[in-house]
Amino acid sequence: MSVRILYFAGLREAFGCAGESLDLPANVASVAALRDLLVGQGRDLLATAKNLRCAVNQEMAGSDAVVKDGDEVAFFPPVTGG
Amino acid sequence: MTVRVQEADFDLGAELAALRAGDPRIGALASFVGLVRDLNDGSSVSEMTLEHYPGMTERALEEIVSEAKSRWKIYGALIIHRVGPLKPCDQIVLVAVTSAHRGEAFAACEFIMDYLKTRAPFWKREATPDGARWVDARESDDSAVRRWAQ
Repeated sequence: MSVRILYFAGLREAFGCAGESLDLPANVASVAALRDLLVGQGRDLLATAKNLRCAVNQEMAGSDAVVKDGDEVAFFPPVTGG
Repeated sequence: MTVRVQEADFDLGAELAALRAGDPRIGALASFVGLVRDLNDGSSVSEMTLEHYPGMTERALEEIVSEAKSRWKIYGALIIHRVGPLKPCDQIVLVAVTSAHRGEAFAACEFIMDYLKTRAPFWKREATPDGARWVDARESDDSAVRRWAQ
């Protein structure tokens, strides 16, 4: 089992990738911990991006939201539709 | 379908006619159409590309319509949002609401649009003479949506 990470807009463009799969270490169980893990793997923009937003399983989620095996976690900038 | 995310353009008159067709309870139909401008933040814009999060976008829009239906007595609601490459003067988004009287239709239409601007996962990228850039979110959109807090 693993989590599916998705990136949109400027993040997708900066990383040159729309998503990746990741085996979730036992000590990573929240959005904040997952973000720290990804930053440690070179996704620095997740630490520095202004007003970074996140969704877990396609619902907006805060940094303390729970992340578990099988989840889809998306990171993106503030939305600008309409 | 209450919510549609599509690359294709839409026929405003046909969509509004379909939304109210055959329902004699409807006394008001309010609609909003968002259009691509040729100027943003001081730069001319030759093209705009809209990206979205397939799946979450539709869910977010459905939730916004449900929230509007719980706040006002409205009969029908329609959101069409385009994605992909667009040019100045193109239609981007349609929000339309039907109700017995105008107050509910106006309010629900504006509410849906304000929530869409801050909750639905769409992102705009503009082509300008200085190159392409992602559009920044506006504080005015955040303050607009806060007006509706209960």
